Parts: sequence; C-alpha cells; structure tokens
Amino acid sequence: MLVFLILMKFKGRDIISIKDFTKNELNYILDYAEEMVPYAKGEKYRNILKGKVLSSLFFEPSTRTRLSFESSMNRLGGRVIGFSDPSGTSQKKGESLSDTIRMADSYSDAIVVRHPHEGAARLAAEFSEAPVLNAGDGAGRHPTQCLLDLFTIRKEKKKINSKRIVLLGDLKYGRTVHSLAYALALYGAKLTFVSPASLKMPNEVVGECKDLGIDPVSTSNLEKAIKDADVLYATRIQKERFPDAEEYNRVVGSYKINNELLRNAKENLIIMHPLPRVTEIDPEVDKTHHAMYFKQAFNGVPVRMALLSLVIRGKL
Amino acid sequence: MKKELKIPLIKNGTVIDHITAGNAVKVLHILGIPLSSSSVVSVAMNVKSKFGKKDIVKVENREIDPQEVDKIALIAPKATINIIRNYNVAKKHKVEIPNEIIGIVRCSNPTCVSNANEPVKSRFKVINKDPPKIKCYFCEREPEDIADRII
Repeated sequence: MLVFLILMKFKGRDIISIKDFTKNELNYILDYAEEMVPYAKGEKYRNILKGKVLSSLFFEPSTRTRLSFESSMNRLGGRVIGFSDPSGTSQKKGESLSDTIRMADSYSDAIVVRHPHEGAARLAAEFSEAPVLNAGDGAGRHPTQCLLDLFTIRKEKKKINSKRIVLLGDLKYGRTVHSLAYALALYGAKLTFVSPASLKMPNEVVGECKDLGIDPVSTSNLEKAIKDADVLYATRIQKERFPDAEEYNRVVGSYKINNELLRNAKENLIIMHPLPRVTEIDPEVDKTHHAMYFKQAFNGVPVRMALLSLVIRGKL
Repeated sequence: MKKELKIPLIKNGTVIDHITAGNAVKVLHILGIPLSSSSVVSVAMNVKSKFGKKDIVKVENREIDPQEVDKIALIAPKATINIIRNYNVAKKHKVEIPNEIIGIVRCSNPTCVSNANEPVKSRFKVINKDPPKIKCYFCEREPEDIADRII
C-alpha cells in the first residue's frame, strides 16, 4: 500500500529541487535507479516509455546532463525532441520561456529544461501540465545531479550516514554543492567545506545543514581535510558565474588534486566531480582507484531513467 | 494647552496608524492609493508618539479591507487599521503578515526568473514573521532589504 502511494505521488510530478522530496522518496528513487543499471548499460532492454516523447530544452550548454537524459529516454524506448542551442529557436525572436514551455507541453509527455535564470524550472512547471525535470537553473538547483551524486556515494560506500565527505572548490557559486550539502546533511553525513575565503559556502546553506543536525567544518586547508575523508567532492571554479573577472583570476587554480596530495588520503577515498573539470584534478589521478568521476557521470543514466520512468508512467 | 491634531479627524473612512516612520508613501504605493480611488488622502509623517516617531494615513470615505492592508505588514509591522464611521472607530485591525507575498516585492537576485520578461508576479513565502523574513518561490533567495525591494 505504501509503495502504491509513493508511485501515485511520482506520476506527473515535477523534479525541481531536491528539497521537494522526503528521505524516503529519495531512497525510493535511488533503489529504482539501482534496478535500472543493467538497462542503462544496454545489457538488458525494456521499452516502458515506448510511444512517449521527451522535450529536451537546453538554453545553456551541457554535455553530460543532456546526453544522459536523452540516452535514458532512448534506452526506455521513448523518443526525444528539443534543442541544445536556443539560437535556432523562437527565443531568438524574443519568445518568453513560458511560451516555449507551453509549446513543449503540447508536444511531449515530459520536459527537461536547463536555463540560465534561477527559478526557471519552477516557472516552467507553472506553465506545463507535463512533468518538468530541472536540468540546472542558473546558479540555482540541479536536483538530478544531486541524485546521481547520492547514488554514487551510496553505491561505492554502501551508506551515506556518518561518512566523512569533503566538498571542495567553488562553494559560493557552484550550483551542485548547495543542493548536495543539504541532501548529505539529510542523510547524516559528516561534512567539511574547503574553499578559498572568497568562495565560502553561503550561510543559508550552512544554516540548513545545522537545522538537519549536521555542523559542517569550514576550512581552506585541503591537505588537512583530506586525511580522514571518505569522499572528496571537487568542483570547478566556474568562470561564467563570476560577476567580476578579477575575482575569478584571483582564485582559479587555488586547489589541485594530484597524486602527491593523495598520499595523505585514506586508501579507499573516492574522488568525485560533476565535470567538466579544468585544472582542479590532475589527469594523473584518473588512473588511480580513487577516481570516481567518470563512473559518477555514467550513474546519471540509471538515475535519470528511474526519474523519467517514475514521472511519466509510474514504475512498471 | 489643548493638543492640536496634525491632520484633522475624518467623518468616514480609514485611518492607518502606527506606520513605521518614513514608510507612509510606500504604504500608499502598495495599497494603490490614490490611483485606485478619488478619496481625499491625508498623510502625516514623523509624528511623535509614545513609541517614538510614526506615520499616519487617513483615507476619507473609503473603507479599506483589513485583509488587503495586511500586505503592508512587511514594511509597517506595527500598523493598525481603524475603520471610521461618523467620527467613531467602528472596527480596529492590527496588520498581520500573510503567509505569501505576491507581486509586492521584487526579488533581490538579478538573475531570478521573476525578474525576467515572463508573465509572472514575484512570489515569496514568509518564513519568519517577526522580524519579517521572506524566501523567493522561484529562486529561493532571501532578500534582506525588503523595504527597498517594494515594486
């Protein structure tokens, strides 16, 4: 009965912010994503979304998020329409996001949207009957990235609760780390925030963690923080989010993860990164067993397969 | 010595009293006065009271719905609304911040979608009433300078 109720709640539901979900619901999505892994790898095939159409509206560049959503829909037998460059659309003629969404709503069964304005996905959901999945709204939320991060940690570490997790890099502007910090606190992880002083985690996010009973440690000392870490989650210093080029130049390259740094790390430390990376992880790390970022990127497929299946059809 | 009133009594209408000093014009703006009516409106600013300075607004021959006036609670949390009939106070109401603020405050985040060219009104959830604290429904930003953000 409980499972039935959860299914009912997922069908037609928008995926806008990780905060819209309870821990039970998140667990349900992660469990279902686990079932999707062989289908995501192409080892098995199911066409539960046959005849369904996904609108993929990317107003900002994306590689992994867009491709993994499109792969997910195709792997489940559905079709994808949309664009990855808004310059070929009526937005160029001044069309509003809300009008674009109305159109996509009439052409498809679900809408994935990435947009430079914060709150764009929430607005899209107001204008669409079909469920809207937020693929990143400016410097705001990116819930499917957060879910695949949780999925990766849970899969590799067997649990999230009480694991020591270091979030590193641009904690001020980085859109993934805000949602992730909240979600990890919800799961009871021990959090350390490492960043240059000018890119510290916003007080609002620290406050949310505290409200969930987690008191994060904030520091600029990566060497010290990494010693007892189970997970090192690095982020790119995002040039495009900086209002001031001078500030960007001051902090870019503040941290570099290389084999020398990892000598002080625990044997089973995993390094995650939402990608793309620029200079923050030396390619020499790729060959080590610590590197988890490419597997993490793959995990976007089973997680997004689970979400598309749940919001379009309910689990079958 | 007889105390002189700064603005005269009104026979019928609405008196908004105890407005935070200096905010009377913003209060009128939020309530759409006088654009929304042809009533005579009197404003007194920086009037001395036992709690310090305050502003007062009197609107003649118009009874403003107290629920409507709740919208001003963000910038005048101590305001009271008196409905005047034949020089007597017929109804008294203390403003209360509603749970949601729609179309009154502009989001402080310049890249919030509510500040873009979209057909939506700004919308905030009230997360704390005293002191007022609001969170944007769209981008989740919590503007600190609410009074300066009145549309």
